[in-house]
Amino acid sequence: MRIFDPHIHMTSRTTDDYAAMYAAGVRALVEPSFWLGQPRTSPATFLDYFDALLGWEPYRAAQYGIAHHCTLALNPKEANDPRCRPVLDELPRYLLKDRVVAVGEIGYDSMTPAEDSALAAQLQLAREHELPALVHTPHRDKVAGLARTLDVLRESGLPPERCLLDHLNETTVGPAADSGCWLGFSIYPDTKMDPDRMIRILRVHGTERVLVNSAADWGHSDPLKTRHVGEAMLAAGFTEDDVDQVLWRNPVAFYGRSGRLELEVTAPAEQLFEGNSILRGGA
Amino acid sequence: MLTPLASLRTGLELRLGADARAWLHLALTEAADAPRYAGRHGLPPWERHFAAAGRHCRDTSARPGDAPHGTPHGTVPEAADAARILLLHAAGPDTEALARLYAHGSADERRAVLLALPHLDPQPSADGARALVEDALRANDTRLIAAALGPWSARHLDAHQWRHALLKCLFTGVPLSAVAGLEERAAGDGELARMLEDYARERTAASRPVPADLHRALRAARRPRAAGPAPGPAAEGTAAEGPAAEAPAARPSEQTWEG
Repeated sequence: MRIFDPHIHMTSRTTDDYAAMYAAGVRALVEPSFWLGQPRTSPATFLDYFDALLGWEPYRAAQYGIAHHCTLALNPKEANDPRCRPVLDELPRYLLKDRVVAVGEIGYDSMTPAEDSALAAQLQLAREHELPALVHTPHRDKVAGLARTLDVLRESGLPPERCLLDHLNETTVGPAADSGCWLGFSIYPDTKMDPDRMIRILRVHGTERVLVNSAADWGHSDPLKTRHVGEAMLAAGFTEDDVDQVLWRNPVAFYGRSGRLELEVTAPAEQLFEGNSILRGGA
Repeated sequence: MLTPLASLRTGLELRLGADARAWLHLALTEAADAPRYAGRHGLPPWERHFAAAGRHCRDTSARPGDAPHGTPHGTVPEAADAARILLLHAAGPDTEALARLYAHGSADERRAVLLALPHLDPQPSADGARALVEDALRANDTRLIAAALGPWSARHLDAHQWRHALLKCLFTGVPLSAVAGLEERAAGDGELARMLEDYARERTAASRPVPADLHRALRAARRPRAAGPAPGPAAEGTAAEGPAAEAPAARPSEQTWEG
């Protein structure tokens, strides 16, 4: 089973996770920039974070045979902090970089005017850079949040096939599917979706345009949830080709629109050096 | 004989498909135009090419795993590295612009800045370039460490920095073949020999293997230094010998990039 996790925050995960993901079949992933739990107070710390997503994290992933890509954006939560908003001025330079495969995560958190303008501005950046957009749908007031998201998307002129609506569930999948956007589902141990609910959605909506991710981060989450969905699909009678479409071909097709996917890994196997699972530079 | 950069360009063009070659020609033309954009607001066009080189300039013959340490000194660079080095040479950024390209660069862009250091015209100030090399040597990304130890560092790092850089290579598994001027700089360096011996003892005490490259460095350090000015910066106690750049270790290998 080859797996592409289209949404996972590896900065928050350990090398054990990388090894377990590889063993489970994960060969590629996308790490969207997001909130770090601790609020940031200046654009400079965003830029350090972007640099990590463009340098250190792909290097770490490659040591475990996994191709790492990222999406960059000012996330909706921090778009509300005026100290962070100048990040929007820095983004055009960063969106040019190799391995940046979308603008994201953008979208709504509390549905404020500041979030409105950050979302609209970043959808324009996606258009200008010919990139797809990874759009987070809010956790609170989700149905209304999705409706407002779809309005802004339509106004932006970004074609729906370049947009992935994420964190969908039973109540939002219908209107999301009607919009023509790609459909993302985050599978969590407790919140969001679980594998059995995902199977029910796949039975109704089919496998087309559907992506499944672990969205694993620093909270209670599991980077192997993609694999669990693949196994649940097979147990429920889906074919291996169905599983491959959801767990590999769909994310490749969506992020491939950036023209920047590099799915072959330069795995520096010999760098796993004499008992050090990661090269620490003597630290 | 071709200069290293001319052979770099020739070698690169031979490895590129038609689209990538066309991209390279456009990008180099715009890079040569860089002075026209100095002081203007916004990103100069060539810097967009510098950022995007990895997806436009692919080596048709490369395989994954070919270059686990990136492009160390003395090997043929990956296509995108080569393209970025040529772009930097064509654009000729001053020290400040070079620092900005490094600071705002992805790991690949940073590596290209480091690899280009000995070839830039104008040359960056020694302090400016040293700051970039020091940053890379603090990193844990072995591709950055390897790229930081080319001919520029052989010429400019002081003895303490250079010894620690060598030790860091041994710690992180960067092959010492990536270190420019190793034999010349190590020769007669008793302090380096002591550090290497201590490290070997520490590994042995921990029942861990001693890296094979350590013995190579140790042999070099125990060898007496050839006559003539000491390699490295002139300040190393052998002052007033003239510019360090004239030391034997200073010259970039003529064979660099002629693979």
